[in-house]
Amino acid sequence: MPDPMRIRAQAAGDKTTVRVLMSHEMETGLRKDPAGKTIPAWFIQEVTAQLNGKPVLTAEWGPSVSKNPFLQFIVKGAKAGDKIAVTWRDNRGETRTDEATVS
Amino acid sequence: MHSHTKTSNVDRLKETPMTNHLNRRMALARSAQVALMLGGLGLLPRTALAAYPTAAFEAKTIPDLMKALGAGAPVESKDVTVTAPDIAENGAVVPVGASTSLPGAKRLLLLVEKNPSMLSAAFDVNEFVEPSFTTRVKMGQSSNVLAVALMADGRVLYAQKEVKVTLGGCGG
Amino acid sequence: MRSRLIAFAAIAASATATVPLVAQTPPQPKSAADGIAEYRKMLEDGNPAELFEAKGEDLWKTARGPKNATLEACDLGLGPGVVKGAWAQLPRYFPDTKKVQDLESRLLSCMQSLQGFDAAEIAATPFDKGEQATVTALAAWISSLSRGMKMALPQKHPEEKRAYELGKRAFFYRGGPMDFSCASCHGEAGKRIRLQDLPDLTKNPGDGVGFAAWPAYRVSSGEMWSMQRRLNDCFRQQRFPYPGFASDATIALGVYMGVNAKGAESIAPAIKR
Repeated sequence: MPDPMRIRAQAAGDKTTVRVLMSHEMETGLRKDPAGKTIPAWFIQEVTAQLNGKPVLTAEWGPSVSKNPFLQFIVKGAKAGDKIAVTWRDNRGETRTDEATVS
Repeated sequence: MHSHTKTSNVDRLKETPMTNHLNRRMALARSAQVALMLGGLGLLPRTALAAYPTAAFEAKTIPDLMKALGAGAPVESKDVTVTAPDIAENGAVVPVGASTSLPGAKRLLLLVEKNPSMLSAAFDVNEFVEPSFTTRVKMGQSSNVLAVALMADGRVLYAQKEVKVTLGGCGG
Repeated sequence: MRSRLIAFAAIAASATATVPLVAQTPPQPKSAADGIAEYRKMLEDGNPAELFEAKGEDLWKTARGPKNATLEACDLGLGPGVVKGAWAQLPRYFPDTKKVQDLESRLLSCMQSLQGFDAAEIAATPFDKGEQATVTALAAWISSLSRGMKMALPQKHPEEKRAYELGKRAFFYRGGPMDFSCASCHGEAGKRIRLQDLPDLTKNPGDGVGFAAWPAYRVSSGEMWSMQRRLNDCFRQQRFPYPGFASDATIALGVYMGVNAKGAESIAPAIKR
């Protein structure tokens, strides 16, 4: 089971800044281990987010996004108490969803 | 700051670490099967069905990348902003941002010119999000970083900035 | 060695010397030092150490090990279960073990006595594997609960004072194939390796610097580093043999640096290159 994300969502007027930290290796598939074997690519390919169940974000990532990725985006029309859910899916098909409340 | 997983309170009471792990694995497997079935029926939202743009993420030049994305040649624009530090103390984590002040952007891209593959990330722009995204990317060497805006009217606009990558300390 | 380090510092200093501004010329490019400062600032918000803090809190409160117990009765120096402020007063003397212990050493004691883990086995485990990962995550969370507090290691007990003197001796002890000591890099103000300013650890180097900046998330390796890990890497960089995990020498070094940093504000867990 992948580790949980850390999500912060702060509303300022009509704009809510959402900051996410994800726990993921983001392996490029270009590195070799000490024995010389290529470490297989393992990285988040898709990130989506929902505001109270409504899709607001779709992003596609390549392996050059850093390990333990950070993401910041700004949602319009959210207010304190609303729910922001963030989902990532990686190239192995593993997925993780976490939710936070807008403050 | 609050993060909660989607587990009901009743489920929590029944969970020990071991059964928790097994239950989640079974739940994942089940949901994968359900997803396949629903996908076949065309009932899943666009994101689950859309193919990952592999060609775009493997493109090594800007023309190849634009071709893979079905976009035209990019033109430099003051209305697109790339945010990045002048110097990165380590190339493993470089904070970068792409934004535009123009309405009508469909997608915002982040590119690292000298990386093995140029495209780092692509963000859809819609009425619910600001056309402004920040993340962190790996840079193999000092390079230009580009923010590219794919506009609804077909224009492709970009801004670029040189980021120097250093190796700090006693060699990492 | 020393002259080479001074040469590095001189080259770096000249590289960052700014040119006087003249009206109507474009703004001068930032100095390298300013550029690094800007980079560090951009990373402050959203430190992956937070992921480890969350893990650490969970591990403190979850029943684990052969005795299936939590760590909530663990005494980190301020009483059983008191975590807030404990990091800022470690290492310190503990009457129950009759030893001066740093955080990692104390966690080993608690994991053994409360949870039934084998402390020696954990000490022999490579960093980030098995229960070593547990110790690192716990260190991240526990140190976060002293964030913003000033380092205030006690020096009342004779063992604490002895540990300080031992740490000082270890700090200046030259050895290994390059005849380095900790002081080679950290014994004077104004030194630099490439673009890294090297804090003078014989004194208080200031808020959020040196001892007050660890544990930290190392972006270059994408790993969470406890103070024990940081010291281990110092020994590696000096080409010394690796120290024992939570050994007397490493605890003594922690006492020396931590006492010197008295009054410095802790920013742990921090983010580092």
